[in-house]
Amino acid sequence: MKGLLDQQFENGGVMITRVDDLLNWARLSSLFPMTFGLACCAIEFMSTGTTVYDMDRFGVMPRATPRQADLMIVSGTVTFKMADRIRQLYEQMAEPRYVISMGSCSNCGGPYWQHGYHVVKGVDRIVPVDVYVPGCPPRPEALIGGILKLHEKIRNESRVKPVALENLIDRNG
Amino acid sequence: MDNAGLTACVQRLAGKAEEIKNALPLSLVIEASSLVDVCEGLHKNPETYFDMLTCITGVDNGPEAGTMEVIYHFYSIPFNHALMLKVVLPRENAEVESVTAIWKSANWLEREVFDMFGINFKNHPDLRRILMPADWVGYPLRKDYEHEESYRGIKID
Repeated sequence: MKGLLDQQFENGGVMITRVDDLLNWARLSSLFPMTFGLACCAIEFMSTGTTVYDMDRFGVMPRATPRQADLMIVSGTVTFKMADRIRQLYEQMAEPRYVISMGSCSNCGGPYWQHGYHVVKGVDRIVPVDVYVPGCPPRPEALIGGILKLHEKIRNESRVKPVALENLIDRNG
Repeated sequence: MDNAGLTACVQRLAGKAEEIKNALPLSLVIEASSLVDVCEGLHKNPETYFDMLTCITGVDNGPEAGTMEVIYHFYSIPFNHALMLKVVLPRENAEVESVTAIWKSANWLEREVFDMFGINFKNHPDLRRILMPADWVGYPLRKDYEHEESYRGIKID
């Protein structure tokens, strides 16, 4: 049986697709998250990078600087002291940028929801969140599920429609 | 040295020391004013030689009781004996002498107690918050603590 690419390039190496699809495919196939962890969820995030779960098979490769990152995985408890730093790191990332909120703490405060005077009750109070991954902490499979959910979201986006430009202008006010 | 010996030693240094029954390790309540003398004595005495300050912690007994406590845990590595000292302070302007001159580890431990309870440690070289942000208002582990509406524009609830 022939592979997918062999079939696609049967007609003289020509493939027809939409620019949107091509761009989105390229973007979602190389999501670089920032090397960044806040608490125990970060341990699961690290496990996701090991050979067993191998998040590199989705092109997810942690980068050591926000300037090279497309994705921020907020893995752990967001304290008020850390909140400013998270917002700053998010602002340092180049657009288009995405945020995965990993685990109960960054989703809604987690076990600190009632008496945690030091915990921000959800990272979405500081930065916009694209995908929420539930769990305490979520297993690596769940994080990979979140990354695949983000793939779905990116696949349906448009970077070339006029509306995309309008969105960009709106967001930067 | 056994517990009776340690009690006698502390009593000699502090003037008086009250033992808390059924506590482990040996636990003694002393006057706050005698704290540094007792600590120095326990540290220098070749028979007690408490070379390690393991922990300092605070307790707020609430506005009704009107007192706060600072608790010190000592351990001697060569003799393998341990001791807990407690000082009781008034809740208003709670203040106690720092022991950083004797044990370096007291520096951060006292900062933590200051951060959480607002207890002032006299002669501490660098008494500022260690866990909470520098511009945080209030001392969170006090019984009557009520948090602010927001911190730097983020709602606290």
